[in-house]
Amino acid sequence: MDQHILSIVLLTPLAGLAVLLLIPGKSKGLIRIWANVAGLAGFLVSLPLVHRFSLDVGGYQFEEKADWIPTLGAHYHLGLDGISLLLVMLTTLMGFLAILSSWNAIQDRVKEYYAMFLLLQTGMIGVFLSLDFFLFYIFWELVLVPMYFIIGVWGGPRKLYAAIKFFLYTLAGSVLMLLGILTLYFQHFQQFGFYTFEIADLMKVSMPLAMQQWVFWAFFLGFAIKVPMFPFHTWLPDAHVEAPTGGSVILAAVLLKMGTYGFLRFSLPLLPKASMDKTIVMVLAVLSIVGIIYGALVSLMQKDWKKLVAYSSVSHLGFCTLGLFAMNPNGIAGSVLQQINHGISTGMLFLIVGVVYERRHTREISEYGGLAHVMPKFAVVFAIAMLSSAGLPLLNGFIGEFTILQGAFEANRAWAAFAVTGVVLGAAYLLWLYQRTMLGQVTNEKNLGLADMSLREIAIFVPLIAWSVWIGVYPKPYFDVLRRPVAEIVQRVRPEYYAAPLAKETDHERRWSVPLVPLALAAKAEAAR
Amino acid sequence: MSQYYTSMDHFTIIPAVMLALFGCAVLLFDFLIFPDPRQRKYLLIFVALAEGFTGFGLYRQEAWLNANGLTQIAGFGGSVTVDGFGIFFNWIFLVAALLVAVASYQYLETAGEHHGEYYGLILLAQCGMYFLAMGTDLITLFIGLELMALCFYVMVGFLRGDKRSNEAAMKYLLLGAFSSGFLAYGFSVMYGLAGSTKLADITMAIEARPAWDPVVFLALATTAVGLLFKIAVVPFHMWAPDAYEGAPTTVTAYLSVASKAASMAFLLRIFLGPLGSARAAWEPLLAVVAVATLTIGNLAAINQTNIKRLLAYSSISHAGYMLLGLVAGNQTGIDGIAVYIMVYTFMTLGAFLVVVALRRKGIIGEDLDDFAGLMQKSPGYAVLMLIFLLSLSGIPPTAGFLGKYYIFLALIETGHYALAVVAVLYVAVAIYYYFKIVKSMFTREEVETSPAASGFGLRLALGVSGVFTLLIGIYPEPFLKLAQTSLMR
Repeated sequence: MDQHILSIVLLTPLAGLAVLLLIPGKSKGLIRIWANVAGLAGFLVSLPLVHRFSLDVGGYQFEEKADWIPTLGAHYHLGLDGISLLLVMLTTLMGFLAILSSWNAIQDRVKEYYAMFLLLQTGMIGVFLSLDFFLFYIFWELVLVPMYFIIGVWGGPRKLYAAIKFFLYTLAGSVLMLLGILTLYFQHFQQFGFYTFEIADLMKVSMPLAMQQWVFWAFFLGFAIKVPMFPFHTWLPDAHVEAPTGGSVILAAVLLKMGTYGFLRFSLPLLPKASMDKTIVMVLAVLSIVGIIYGALVSLMQKDWKKLVAYSSVSHLGFCTLGLFAMNPNGIAGSVLQQINHGISTGMLFLIVGVVYERRHTREISEYGGLAHVMPKFAVVFAIAMLSSAGLPLLNGFIGEFTILQGAFEANRAWAAFAVTGVVLGAAYLLWLYQRTMLGQVTNEKNLGLADMSLREIAIFVPLIAWSVWIGVYPKPYFDVLRRPVAEIVQRVRPEYYAAPLAKETDHERRWSVPLVPLALAAKAEAAR
Repeated sequence: MSQYYTSMDHFTIIPAVMLALFGCAVLLFDFLIFPDPRQRKYLLIFVALAEGFTGFGLYRQEAWLNANGLTQIAGFGGSVTVDGFGIFFNWIFLVAALLVAVASYQYLETAGEHHGEYYGLILLAQCGMYFLAMGTDLITLFIGLELMALCFYVMVGFLRGDKRSNEAAMKYLLLGAFSSGFLAYGFSVMYGLAGSTKLADITMAIEARPAWDPVVFLALATTAVGLLFKIAVVPFHMWAPDAYEGAPTTVTAYLSVASKAASMAFLLRIFLGPLGSARAAWEPLLAVVAVATLTIGNLAAINQTNIKRLLAYSSISHAGYMLLGLVAGNQTGIDGIAVYIMVYTFMTLGAFLVVVALRRKGIIGEDLDDFAGLMQKSPGYAVLMLIFLLSLSGIPPTAGFLGKYYIFLALIETGHYALAVVAVLYVAVAIYYYFKIVKSMFTREEVETSPAASGFGLRLALGVSGVFTLLIGIYPEPFLKLAQTSLMR
């Protein structure tokens, strides 16, 4: 089973889809049950990855490799390291929860909806597992189509506009990325005499800095639009607001991570010189910081509940990209952890919007107020989600943001100084949102009769809350898992980082990275070995 | 040339002979064998037989080449050359002709114009195409071209009672004749240069001349006008939307696939053969033409509401992509054209055949509105159309992606970075108009409720196109090998 476990994880949703297609479209109940079973199965088969994953082995685990298109040098090559492990687990869990959350929300064309979701699930898992650039690109593009339909068919009033905007934006980015991939691929052919899309082989290519920079920008467009980094974020509010709840959840929790993952897995290791280029790092860090602050400020101004959460994503993902381009173990590990955190917290926030939207069919913040009186359970859940997103210590968001800020500080103190304002603003718009919607007296009569959360709805939140507390209280396992892959990336991009005099670095870390000294030391020891 | 007609000569044209024989037989005897119009669909047996013999002939030719380790067989003193290139293209013509013929009868019955000649014309046009792909002599090529074009003039105007069909045929005929004139002029200049009509002789004559020889340039310019007209690229594309829209949809499918593939084969023969040494002159020219084609084809498609017109513009832009492969001109580029043609065949045929399925008694079924709610009405057709449209726009894992992949790679390999960027960005533009159809099919309510046509032949042809569009996308290896090896020889 170990040899094919990744294929099983990858193909379970697809198998679920195949069976789903056999169920007649009229039996909605059966379709719902089956889709949830398939979603749950997708999560369950991915669980063995967690305890079989070994912390003592570098590189990729559970690798599977087979020739696929020898003419092009494309392989069916899957593999998992610490970074992809976390993202895959996030995908399978959020995918299942998003499917579960759609039980009542989706009443039309149920079969097609779940079919699209399961297809999407396979595409996303594939993106995180592929170790072959061609395979990766196939999955990367495959994701677009079901997402287009989820937004375009089951979305809100401006769904068609939002759906095609999402599609066009991301496609324009990814075709330009394709040119970057092909350039790299051809360089490899010229240097080694055979065509291959294998990432490990492409890493051996040595390109002049100028060409690396061009390829880097091509990759950047593909990934940055997906993340989305400022100024490519304009598709995101539309897509998020118009998508049905399940779609928003999966879009925020998983789809956006494909962009940051792309930077981590491809841009940095494949183009190390360009990634360390001063101009490029500065541009990306500045764009990240602008994203953090701009996203937060725009969130503050929102009158629409869902749009507020959407813009908060821009801000939070700014943290993730900032951590990446700090280019040190803290920054990168924090970035990956923050990606998971954002998936959990923002996923919860979108689910929360979904809960009230199902009851009131409006997202105007001014329509609500004092909901805590009518929906006490909901108020508690929302409070936890909100605080986890705002970065309250002992919840997940704090750990991620703190580690990223450490990394940023280490790279450039000014970055950390600007970025930290994002934390403050984040607390501001989230607390204010909570205050306007939940606290005070019930101002709108329509809200008086609202039902509190049902058992199914609570069941969706329980695992997420548990997860966020786990990360918040005891993040060590996460840093353990990330230690090796992060060290490998840093080693690849900045070989001199670990070679620097140990004493000075240790001193530096002692001052600024107290909780993470074990991590940094272990990484250092790892590199020295 | 000791003998006038050897068995080897015969071997090089046997598939074409079969096509001509069966084509003529259908034309002559259809009313004798099947006097009842309702029985006319059994003429498909003739088509199937003809294609069976043709396919067998092609197979034998290929086997013979392989067995003897040869790259080509020359027949009739070099007028006809059987090589991997020609055989590959002929397989494409065969598939296109067969699928179109199978899918046609219900459509023609609905239109009230189901005549036996239709099948004869399909076969005779294919016979012309045979010589376009295998001909290596100006006269052979020109006759092949005219045979194909004449059949198409008739087929485009096949709906005699329909004004649009007549108008389209007239327009196509006049412009086609005009372009043939240009082509003939170019050929005469080539003949003047070489004193021979054989491509091999002309190649040598042109190679002996300086790179920017004015006479060569004259030959190049006039020939290019004629050829570019045939593959319908800017600025000679104007006939295509009108002809495509007016023609019976099955003919449109045949025209856009087989005729384009044959003309492309013809163009490659001329540009890589006799005009190969004038590359410096035509490369920038074709680059400009290709970019203009992509621009106009894609931008004009955005505002179309008639699906046949929309697909016509899309097929114009596809010709632009194929030309880019020629502009790159390396092995990947030429392989790319072959792969592109192959995937283009299935996806374009499929898309037009879905339009065919929407033609019902009293309903033209060509408008964007006719696609509204297709997912509710006939999910099978809607999903197939989605696959074809994704493939046309080049989204993996469909076949269309591979065609584009090769073209992009060829451009990168030859350092045409700017062209590559333009080419990929038009993919995003194309998505916009292809997804207008998707939007109509999946998100709108149906406008009228009568069920789509569901003849067995049509469904079979659609199924085959759909399966191949997906199969080439998901497991392309054997198909890539096929395209590659056939052009490498």
